[in-house]
Amino acid sequence: MSIPASVIPRSDTSLVGRWWWTVDRWLLMAILVIVAFGALMTLAASPSVAERIGLDGFHFARRHAIMLIPALALMFIISLMDVRTVRRLAVLGFFLSLVAMAAVLVIGSEIKGAKRWIDLGVISLQPSEFLKPTFAVFTAWMFSLWRTERDFPGHHLATAFFALALLLLLAQPDIGQAFVLTAIFGAQYFLAGLPLAIVVALILLGIAGMVGAYFTFDHVASRIDRFLDPQSGDSYQVDRSLEAFANGGLLGTGPGEGVVKNRIPDVHADFVFAVAGEELGALVCLVVVALFAFVVLRGMARLMAERDLFVLIAGTGLFLQFGLQTLVNLGSTLRMLPTKGMTLPFVSYGGSSLLAVALTMGIALALTRKRQGTGGTA
Amino acid sequence: MSKRLLSLAKVQQQAVDTGRTRLLVGAALMTLAFGAVGFRVVDVAVFGAGEPKRAHGQSEVVAARADIVDRNGLILATNLKTPSLYANPKQVIDPARTARDLVRLLPDLDPIETQRKLTADSQFVWIKRDLTPRKMAEINNAGLPGIHFQDEERRIYPQGQIAGHVIGYTDIDGKGIAGLEKSQNLALTTSERPARLSIDIRLQHLLRLELSKAIDEFKGIGGAGTIMDVRTGEILAMTSLPDFDPNHPGDMAEEAKFNRASLGVYELGSTFKIFNTAMALETGVATMRSGYDASQPIRVSRFRIRDYRGKNRWLSVPEIFMYSSNIGSAKMAMDVGTEGQIDFLKRLGMMEKVGIELPERGAPLTPQTWRDINTMTIAFGHGISVSPLHLVAGVGAMVNGGILRRPTLLAQETDAPAPGTRVIGEGVSENIRKLLRLVVENGTGRNASAAGYLVGGKTGTAEKATARGYARKSLISSFVAAFPLHEPRYVIFAMVDEPKGNKRTFGYATGGWVAAPVIKSVIERMGPMLGIPAVDEDSPEIRRALAVEDAGLTDQKRKKRDASF
Repeated sequence: MSIPASVIPRSDTSLVGRWWWTVDRWLLMAILVIVAFGALMTLAASPSVAERIGLDGFHFARRHAIMLIPALALMFIISLMDVRTVRRLAVLGFFLSLVAMAAVLVIGSEIKGAKRWIDLGVISLQPSEFLKPTFAVFTAWMFSLWRTERDFPGHHLATAFFALALLLLLAQPDIGQAFVLTAIFGAQYFLAGLPLAIVVALILLGIAGMVGAYFTFDHVASRIDRFLDPQSGDSYQVDRSLEAFANGGLLGTGPGEGVVKNRIPDVHADFVFAVAGEELGALVCLVVVALFAFVVLRGMARLMAERDLFVLIAGTGLFLQFGLQTLVNLGSTLRMLPTKGMTLPFVSYGGSSLLAVALTMGIALALTRKRQGTGGTA
Repeated sequence: MSKRLLSLAKVQQQAVDTGRTRLLVGAALMTLAFGAVGFRVVDVAVFGAGEPKRAHGQSEVVAARADIVDRNGLILATNLKTPSLYANPKQVIDPARTARDLVRLLPDLDPIETQRKLTADSQFVWIKRDLTPRKMAEINNAGLPGIHFQDEERRIYPQGQIAGHVIGYTDIDGKGIAGLEKSQNLALTTSERPARLSIDIRLQHLLRLELSKAIDEFKGIGGAGTIMDVRTGEILAMTSLPDFDPNHPGDMAEEAKFNRASLGVYELGSTFKIFNTAMALETGVATMRSGYDASQPIRVSRFRIRDYRGKNRWLSVPEIFMYSSNIGSAKMAMDVGTEGQIDFLKRLGMMEKVGIELPERGAPLTPQTWRDINTMTIAFGHGISVSPLHLVAGVGAMVNGGILRRPTLLAQETDAPAPGTRVIGEGVSENIRKLLRLVVENGTGRNASAAGYLVGGKTGTAEKATARGYARKSLISSFVAAFPLHEPRYVIFAMVDEPKGNKRTFGYATGGWVAAPVIKSVIERMGPMLGIPAVDEDSPEIRRALAVEDAGLTDQKRKKRDASF
């Protein structure tokens, strides 16, 4: 193993000692590299935004760096926990999130036409961000009980709570999160043993739907887009984003040398990857994409050797969430998908999303730790 | 008990195995998706795949509309990117203040209407479209939340009024709704190549200027003019007055939108004698040497056909043409017969709309039942109404050797003769040229004679039909000319609607006084512009080529006619 193991002797049986020897250090390394990359990008991207709205140039960069401390601490502390503790906390968190999301509809502050935030003074939290990881753990628990306990209707409970969470998301409205949540739920159900006949039927239905959509595509797509997002006609940000990539070319203009980034309003948040494209070039971007892919695939590979059904399903849900969020962000930055306002994990500016993704990865790290036997399924 | 535990462990094991296998599917999909993103990064950054695409016929996005240029490449219509102002009322914090600020910056906004828009229950309302960059900067500086701009393409016409009727205009969404903008809408939105017109903007300007001078002088209510290349059918200039500025289609009067040259149909009078004479010569009922007795008016039931300043004697065919004898023309037509006349006019395209690329095309008005009296009056251009464009296309065929060509507003690839249909023989066409020359040299068309360009033509002065018969004082005075007659290339038409005679013209408002001078001034300047060599009109070759042997003119008669002119 290339990671220096000598810092902590293997014989150390303290909490941290055991953690160091059981946690997936490759995964941890990849995450920390992404965090460092994110800090660098915020440094490059945010001054133009901050100056535009009359703040000190490094306002966002400083806030991002400050937020990294609690986020990383949260990830570390959660990853210290054993499976059972994690599950209990996550289930608790899931119900809290549901309550908070219901509350948001009443007392939430409206930003850009959607009620998603709860203003806590210091920072404003977006409960739906915390819903996703805790939801993945909750449904995994339900599904694993369905398969391992006789006569326990776990899949029905999971479906019911999925429907409730989906409704709350659509009420905000937050289509992007609803899409991710649906994908997680579908994948987990699939993993938990959704009968193959239904899977095949759903695939056929999907193909039929796509063929149907093909013939009426322009019309339907434009109508649906307009319904979901009246501003989708305004492709200004995405156009500039692509311009940034083209300007960067293979090797980039060099850190801090980008010019197109100055004309993208949300460059420090949803469009931060465009800055990488312009300043660092396509090659570095490929490395970053590979890094994100590594986190997801490494996690899944670890789970493939898993003997505990709950861990398998929960872990898949979490890595899938991380992967999808990444893909949706990169996809909209590169105009492969409609802009859905999703952040790039650990890189985009935004306290709420940073804490949530730290929570996600904290649970994922905890679940992928090496354990004795089948682990602690109750 | 232990058996039950064992079976439970087995179920668990199976479930985990299924999960692991299925996870492979998920991992494979993730790999594919990240791979796709990687490809896209390279595609966008290195191969420029992110350049905005302009899909053909896309309606949601305002795609750039192709330019329109004249035959020499001068821009007649192009696009200007302009910012349009819209609001997202959901983002507007203080609608009253915002409305006040907007009205201060854009004084032609209605304050109440603007505030109503800003409080609308929607996320998108247009406030004002097509602003200047300066206005955009002012509004941006006001820093109003919820107020945004969207770039739009606005159609502009640098030549303004000059070719308004031909080019037409678009609506605010960039869709052609009149003129060539409408008829060529598909081509303009699907091709990036500019549409090149047959119009020569210099000639267009010249024709419009001369025609408007004539309208001013004779206090006409309007006019029309056209120049056509008889070898290709290309329309080099086409004007209808009053006209409009397509840059401001909202400001124009209804009257100005009416295209007299292509949409208006008129009884054009004596210019029709060109067709009548050609018909008689072509069918062989008359020759250049035969003639008719024009000493007595013709009476048909309650109608009486008379000559204007008649000679009251037998007239040869060239004389009938030159003196514009209605009696002689009617007799000629009767010799051909009603069937023959209908057939001839049909072949000349006088019974249907002209096939030109304009939506504004008038259908001819022809008699419902075609009696003898109709045949006779149509011989001199009454009882049938056609557009000036019909006349020009027909006269083109009369002088170009006998081929009728479809008039077009689009520049042709070559100036080789375009295909067409033969309507008269070459010999007849040559005779018509001689007759047209005769009119300009010795007849009512002398005011059209532009020295050196061998102009030939025919006047037309028609009383406008009203509900109660013909109105003596409301005239359509026109002149149609062809030049240079030894190698005919251009047909020019000018018409003034309801001209009034003045002192200079001794009160006359006929085609010879009103329209013929327009033709002369246009040709005098058009010749040098297009590099048409002037010829010596009195050279023996030309005299011989265009001489009419039996025009019946003696010096004495000529003097007499001059006195009456």
